[in-house]
Amino acid sequence: MIEKGTWVKVEKVLLKPEERTAKIPPETKKVPYVIHVCGFLKEKANIGDEATIISKVGREHTGKLIESEPSFKHNFGDFVQELVDIGCEVRKELEQLNE
Amino acid sequence: MDKSYNAVMGRKNEIMKKALGIDYTKYKITDIAFDYEMMMDDVGYSIKEIFDIQSSSKVGNTPLYFLPNITKLVRKYAPKGKGAKIYLKDEAANASGSFKARRASLSIYEAKKRGYKGVIASTSGNYGAAVASQAAMRGLKCIIVQEVFDSRFVGQPEIIEKARACEALGAEVIMSSVGPELFYSFLSALEDTGYFNASLYTPFSIAGIETLGWEVMHQIRAIEGRDPDYIMITHAGGGNLTGTARGVLKYKMENKPLNYTEFVGCSVDLSGLHMASDIDFNKKSFTTGHTGFGIPFAEWPDRADTPRNAARSLRYMDRYLTVTQGEVFYATELLAASEGIERGPAGNTSLAGAINLAMTLDQDAIIVVQETEYTGAGKHPQAQLSFARQNGIEILRGHPEKSINGKNIVLPYNIGDFQYKEQDLAKLKISYLENLISNYPNIKLQDEDIEFLSNDLNEDPKWIRDNLFSILSKKGK
Repeated sequence: MIEKGTWVKVEKVLLKPEERTAKIPPETKKVPYVIHVCGFLKEKANIGDEATIISKVGREHTGKLIESEPSFKHNFGDFVQELVDIGCEVRKELEQLNE
Repeated sequence: MDKSYNAVMGRKNEIMKKALGIDYTKYKITDIAFDYEMMMDDVGYSIKEIFDIQSSSKVGNTPLYFLPNITKLVRKYAPKGKGAKIYLKDEAANASGSFKARRASLSIYEAKKRGYKGVIASTSGNYGAAVASQAAMRGLKCIIVQEVFDSRFVGQPEIIEKARACEALGAEVIMSSVGPELFYSFLSALEDTGYFNASLYTPFSIAGIETLGWEVMHQIRAIEGRDPDYIMITHAGGGNLTGTARGVLKYKMENKPLNYTEFVGCSVDLSGLHMASDIDFNKKSFTTGHTGFGIPFAEWPDRADTPRNAARSLRYMDRYLTVTQGEVFYATELLAASEGIERGPAGNTSLAGAINLAMTLDQDAIIVVQETEYTGAGKHPQAQLSFARQNGIEILRGHPEKSINGKNIVLPYNIGDFQYKEQDLAKLKISYLENLISNYPNIKLQDEDIEFLSNDLNEDPKWIRDNLFSILSKKGK
């Protein structure tokens, strides 16, 4: 059970595939149009339950509770050899030009 | 109230009118023509007043740096005697880390002055953070609607970072899956809240960028004693080019022009990738500054989320170049390695174009690259290239010619390999006229329309008449 007031994320299907606008590619048309919004849980609930949140601006959104204490996990990615190479090559070129 | 898709879209005009507080009918001349300059004048602030508003909101007065090492490298690869000087306007120094702070500053100031309790913007760019940042400092509530993930709930690192920044700055972020129905979420939020539509395309948003052009002129004259020959402007929705050009022209009007300055738009070439495709969504490494916005918005600016778009790039654009994703990533690494400044990749689109253009120009020519953006987790070449690789995109070294969008990203061996593509402006202008005819199939064009189109496309009335005639003849009308 996730306590009231916890920072959570809810998911809402705004448009089912058949309700989507016609002017989109078929791969987009066959999936629903979905939104995620984060906020403070209004009443205690479990993951998967229908739940209401209060967003940072005080608005309420109701949807499926999908995550408790969500955070952003993007980073600087995995090692990319090509970038290290470009950096070394550029510095070497400049050294030669400055000789 | 009926909040279904069709019901909300059907109330579009009424929602917009309330959320913008601008009566666009005032500027209407005919169904096609409107008084653009009158609309811009109605912003009601002089450049000096805009500077004051922006300096009170941590925006503007960003440094202009000469890039000596990149200029040196350009001259290594350029033909003898060629290799223009490159300057860079470090717009990452604005409050939210990009030039978009300029666009947001005036809109949010105005929203506050008009008594709105909050602001809403729909954007996949740095504009979200800019609006959230300005709203935070002026005590307004903020909602950002952003396309963030595909149907697997995967988003590329750059867009995730943009969502994070908005949330960190206090916004409610509506993160959506792929699709143009983003506009429905946006309208629906405007209707529910009565907040101000801080659109990218209002006159306020464009007037806010005029200071950028003005600053460039002031700074370059202080260093070089003359005007830049070229200003390279990353081009997407057209606001950056329109606002910068207007600022430069205002400066020249007030301080006398010293020499001609060309406005060169530059976009990342994403041709072949569909902007509304759930599959293509994560096959592109750039979420803005690309041809997916740059071309359609140039060809038909009034596709925007305002009744008339204040960003009208073809009025001012002298040339339009496109560069590859690989060239922009190379330029980003080059900027860090040679000039000692790390900046976000998307903001370096025009830098990639400038490096290439500089090789074709005499050494005494001056190019100003007019923006940078902040970098960090997600907005970084390593994060973006490794994400691309995980999504099946091949990362190669080689000539940019070998680039195939959605299949590979080709990082050049050196800047000698850079090869921009010159886009045919006349072709874009003809597409604009074709769009006009499809949008108004039964229209009888009047003299006012021709005059408007002549200004909107920066071509003489005869060119407009001849091309309209040729389009209509082809259609058998």
